[in-house]
Amino acid sequence: MQAAPDDLFKTLADPTRRAIFERLVRDGEQTVRALTDRAGVSQPAVSKHLGVLKLAGLVRDRPEGRSVRYSAEPQGLAPLIDWMSLYGAFWRDRFDRLETLLDRMDQ
Amino acid sequence: MTKLAAATRSLVVEREMPHPREKIWRALTQGPLIEEWLMKNDFQPVVGHRFNFRATPMPHWNGVTDCQVLVVEPNERLSYSWNASGEEAAGGLKTVVTWTLTPTKGGVLVRMEQSGFRPEDEAGYQGASYGWQRFVGGLERVAAGLD
Repeated sequence: MQAAPDDLFKTLADPTRRAIFERLVRDGEQTVRALTDRAGVSQPAVSKHLGVLKLAGLVRDRPEGRSVRYSAEPQGLAPLIDWMSLYGAFWRDRFDRLETLLDRMDQ
Repeated sequence: MTKLAAATRSLVVEREMPHPREKIWRALTQGPLIEEWLMKNDFQPVVGHRFNFRATPMPHWNGVTDCQVLVVEPNERLSYSWNASGEEAAGGLKTVVTWTLTPTKGGVLVRMEQSGFRPEDEAGYQGASYGWQRFVGGLERVAAGLD
């Protein structure tokens, strides 16, 4: 099941929750404890955020021994990803960099 | 027009740049210069040459773009394919990037057209991680308007 764009935006509107998701995207699978150490909020709060992220299809959990390991499901962002607008932003940024390079280059 | 062509869309970005055309051409076609503004690459301005653009890999995105040089008309037009690679190739992007340099009064109009976006690419699964960093900037604004 795929979450609607509005629900996804609401899920990610919370900065702490977004930071947790970003960390999972960037650093890969980890435990609640590891996430709590860097989140600046309590472990129950982190667990609650993970629950919301899981409900939105952005996070997956996997029991391992006595702990649970969480990982990001970036595919959950698919309803928000539009390749055309993504590449539009990408190329405009690269045009800026091209101009900066041209200013530096000799004739 | 075939049905296939009609089903795809193009993205165009263009900007006038106050620089000689030859200089812009060098920035578009010399590997070390391309790397400075676009990505690491093994580009050669030779039609048929296969090369890659390489960015930092992320979970769910290998960071590699598969390319082949299609057109080299010095100082005027450059074109290469721009495709998803490896395991992501099958369902991923298959596009063509074409650069056109047109002299203007004040310099050169640099035009980039990326063509071949299919309707299913609009919500691409591959590369979602790739989009994340760029995407998050605009998210706060959109989210703020939802409540």
